[in-house]
Amino acid sequence: MEIPYNTEARPDTGLYNAKLGIWLFLASEVMLFGALFSSYILLRTGAPTWPMGREILNVPLATLNTVILIGSSVTMVMSWASLKLKDFGKYRLYMGLTLLLSLGFLVVKAFEYGAKFSHHPPLYPSTNTFLAIYFTLTGLHGLHVIGGMIVNGYLWGPGAKMWKIEPERFTNRIEVAGLYWHFVDLVWIFLFPTLYLL
Amino acid sequence: MSSHDDVESVKKQTRAYLMVFGALMVLTVLTVGVAYLHMPAWLAVGVALVIALFKGTLVAGIFMHLFDERKLIYWVLALTVLFFLVLLFYPTISEWDQRKL
Repeated sequence: MEIPYNTEARPDTGLYNAKLGIWLFLASEVMLFGALFSSYILLRTGAPTWPMGREILNVPLATLNTVILIGSSVTMVMSWASLKLKDFGKYRLYMGLTLLLSLGFLVVKAFEYGAKFSHHPPLYPSTNTFLAIYFTLTGLHGLHVIGGMIVNGYLWGPGAKMWKIEPERFTNRIEVAGLYWHFVDLVWIFLFPTLYLL
Repeated sequence: MSSHDDVESVKKQTRAYLMVFGALMVLTVLTVGVAYLHMPAWLAVGVALVIALFKGTLVAGIFMHLFDERKLIYWVLALTVLFFLVLLFYPTISEWDQRKL
């Protein structure tokens, strides 16, 4: 059976189905991260003392990661724009760059985690409430980066075959994957100052 | 679909993406810079959140095309914001009740 409305807009919503779908999913993601942000605020305002993030965490590395992730959002949206301009070669290039930047983000994050674990005394999620919140939020965010890389990797590699048969549907897939990826970027834009700088 | 279909408008959007990239870089440097000024805590939190909200608006509005989207998406997001605020303030409100008891 054909999946309906994957290119043309559904008359009642004015959207192709996947776009409404991804926005509903992102709404649920807001609630997931929102619950954790809410816990963070409550724990922090209720605590008698709270460490400054920048005295424990590595601000230069996190700043670098902010630049990397924002950069990957730009290459992601450029990969979609390339398909709109019917330039598949450029799509491959920009999507490839997005994947490399995502990998870069994870490598930097791994160095950060490694430095915490090998610190004397070691800094684990169990060490204090701040670190518990830090590892939970950045860990969940890191899982989202990995999830996005799996989807983007598929769309860069085997999934790109769809371009030849259904180019419009494939372009929409990139837009939807992009909406998710920009959301992951958006979460980091809030995590960075609230965990590292304040 | 909406206006972002023809080649000219996609090219125009591409320029907007690069400008947003520049703005996001400047704001990232700014947010790190102001964090090291010795501001009172409430002001530091306020400034950091204002910058983050501005960056978030640029990402959602331009990269995610929210400035040029269908009404239904706005309704979904308005509902999400409402529930998000409940989520944010519910723990505080429930704590007031405990204090009364």
